[in-house]
Amino acid sequence: MADSATYNYKVVRQFAIMTIVWGIVGMLVGVLIAAQLAWPALNFDIPWLTFGRLRPLHTNAVIFAFGGSALFSTSYYIVQRTCHVRLCSDRVAAFTFWGWQTVIVLAAITLPLGITSSKEYAELEWPIDILITIVWVAYAYVFFGTIVKRKIKHIYVANWFFAAYILTIAVLHIFNSLAVPVGFLKSYSIYAGVQDAMVQWWYGHNAVGFFLTSGFLGMMYYFVPKQAERPVYSYRLSIVHFWALTFTYIWAGPHHLHYTALPDWAQSLGMVMSIILLAPSWGGMINGMMTLSGAWDKLRTDPVLRMLIVSLSFYGMSTFEGPMMAIKTVNALSHYTDWTIGHVHSGALGWVAFISLGCMYYLIPRLYGRTIYSVKLIEVHFWVSTLGVVLYIVSMWVAGIMQGLMWRAVNDDGTLTYSFVESVEAMHPFYIIRFLGGGLFLLGTLVMAYNIWKTVAGSKPVTATIPEPVGAH
Amino acid sequence: MADFTSGFWTWFISLTTIASIIFLFVFLLICSKKNDVDENETMGHVWDGNLEELNTPLPRWWFYSFIFTIFWGAAYLVFYPGLGSYPGILGWSQAGQLEKEMQVANETYGPLFEKFKNTDIVELAKDDAALKVGERLYASYCTTCHGSDARGARGYPNLRDDDWLYGGEPENIKTTIMEGRKAAMPPWGEVLSDDDLFNVVSYVEKLSGRVVDDLHASSGKEIYTKMCVVCHGAEGKGNQMMGAANLTDDVWLYGGSQKKIKESIALGRNGNMPPHKEFLGEAKVHILSAYIYSLSN
Repeated sequence: MADSATYNYKVVRQFAIMTIVWGIVGMLVGVLIAAQLAWPALNFDIPWLTFGRLRPLHTNAVIFAFGGSALFSTSYYIVQRTCHVRLCSDRVAAFTFWGWQTVIVLAAITLPLGITSSKEYAELEWPIDILITIVWVAYAYVFFGTIVKRKIKHIYVANWFFAAYILTIAVLHIFNSLAVPVGFLKSYSIYAGVQDAMVQWWYGHNAVGFFLTSGFLGMMYYFVPKQAERPVYSYRLSIVHFWALTFTYIWAGPHHLHYTALPDWAQSLGMVMSIILLAPSWGGMINGMMTLSGAWDKLRTDPVLRMLIVSLSFYGMSTFEGPMMAIKTVNALSHYTDWTIGHVHSGALGWVAFISLGCMYYLIPRLYGRTIYSVKLIEVHFWVSTLGVVLYIVSMWVAGIMQGLMWRAVNDDGTLTYSFVESVEAMHPFYIIRFLGGGLFLLGTLVMAYNIWKTVAGSKPVTATIPEPVGAH
Repeated sequence: MADFTSGFWTWFISLTTIASIIFLFVFLLICSKKNDVDENETMGHVWDGNLEELNTPLPRWWFYSFIFTIFWGAAYLVFYPGLGSYPGILGWSQAGQLEKEMQVANETYGPLFEKFKNTDIVELAKDDAALKVGERLYASYCTTCHGSDARGARGYPNLRDDDWLYGGEPENIKTTIMEGRKAAMPPWGEVLSDDDLFNVVSYVEKLSGRVVDDLHASSGKEIYTKMCVVCHGAEGKGNQMMGAANLTDDVWLYGGSQKKIKESIALGRNGNMPPHKEFLGEAKVHILSAYIYSLSN
């Protein structure tokens, strides 16, 4: 059979398997550093095992290795299946796989060695940044090249979100990473002072907005209707929330710099746009959840669908919490506390990880022509990990609010009631609970890995022929 | 406002922001118009076998909450600074907020500190009420460097012992906190050969009572008398006028190993105690001085 009559499942498969592998690696590092915060002796006095070096390894591994592989995998799958054509270039697609894996391996080597640009979520040094740019441009070529070849004139909504994410991440990565190299492994940002901070958070917040939100909404728009076997709730809602989200997110970065050297006007604009962002964010949640109308009963019997819908609930919760924390008065309490860490993880574990893993339960068996080994184990995964997320978020809420209140508490002579170290000491029990929560989430993912292993072991990869589009176009 | 290099930016920011908010509003209104597709009818496209879309109207509660946030945002930008250099009706600024809060704090708490101001530091160091305030001030402002137990850390003096770089009399302590101190031990690494350095280190060790090779120490002494004696004195007892350390005791601010002593001599040391006159004001420094004095007396 000619290649052009079939879908390219190879690259989808490769990225899908690496999603699980990097997910486990990233979460494992996360659990280790959570343990280090509770018991600092676990640094072992070995420089490359210290929190400061492993923390960026954790964030890079979960966001770009785990989340990135999930996005590559699903976007390649979805763009082919909804355009009814094979990827426009197998070789470039293969290059994106090996290129991206190289970036991840380089990150795993350089970050523990302490080689870092010190920009949060963009720690990799300039030679790796250049490689990322090349891989990303290749990715854009494959994705948009495939869109161009499509058999159905109307572009499916999932692809809008992938398009927005690919384009914006390219812009963000390039402009935030602009730096003057002073050696092979050291560079300095071309921005200085508060401008550097502003560019950094313009990037940082939109890494959340476009990488961790738009990209995963693209995933959601394919797998939720597929798994529910129901039409998407509202085309119109998808238009409004897509454009409003894309347009508004890019403004929200300054809310990371409230009460700093950033001028008042920029802080205010960031805050106002963060509030306006609430409804557009929720548009995606409503569209996903309401797609189930008429099929609610499936939530009882289908743990994969339940995982997807629960991920949308966490998405809704954290996109409500985000705008609230962007309000200056709230931020004055929450900023610099563990509340922020809890907020990030309700998004990262509850939304990003759950939707990715839920999609992998749908995707991987289909890529190998098998049915899932055990539905029961999906149930186990779902409940163990959900309990993990809840423990994580609740402990960090309590910890964060407690820190905020302790830091601002004053005696009747106006002096601080607590010294900083007292607030650190008070965190100990919550750090242990957080460690347990993260550990449970990892345990659930390990159960999944076992389930997937049993599903695909000994199978032959599927070659899928491209069906003719149905209906009028 | 100094935030901008020219008036252009205020216009640019204001127009972009206002146009953006209006765009969101109008776009939302257009999309919420009455629907020509029936409730259960799909848009007619089918992707990948069975992916279809309904065209359910926007949920009303969602639509109104979106409208509400747009109006709320617009109103905020009328009242607060956001549109370039326009300060907002309320005239709020974060610097202004800080000033106001500081003023209230000074009015509320100022008298509590002022009442101790005229008591002699030595007397104050016996006053439990003052010491309690002093301890809290110390916990707020000094622990970062000197530690919560006031025993210091490498490079940060221990405040509980009886060793004072700049003098331990009440007025010395107060001056140290008020004006700050800047140590100026120059680096000798460029001037001295490795052997010379080793010899000086031996002599310095001898001064503090350690058993060393006499040959090295006596060559070291020659160099010491030429280069070190001005500040550290002929007997090595230091000079509190200029913060030169006493070398005859066994207190080592930067570490007392051979390696660390050599590092101090070769690279110099520039310890920096920041001034607190402006930041805390004399009344608080006065109480703090009494507290610090009480730690070793």
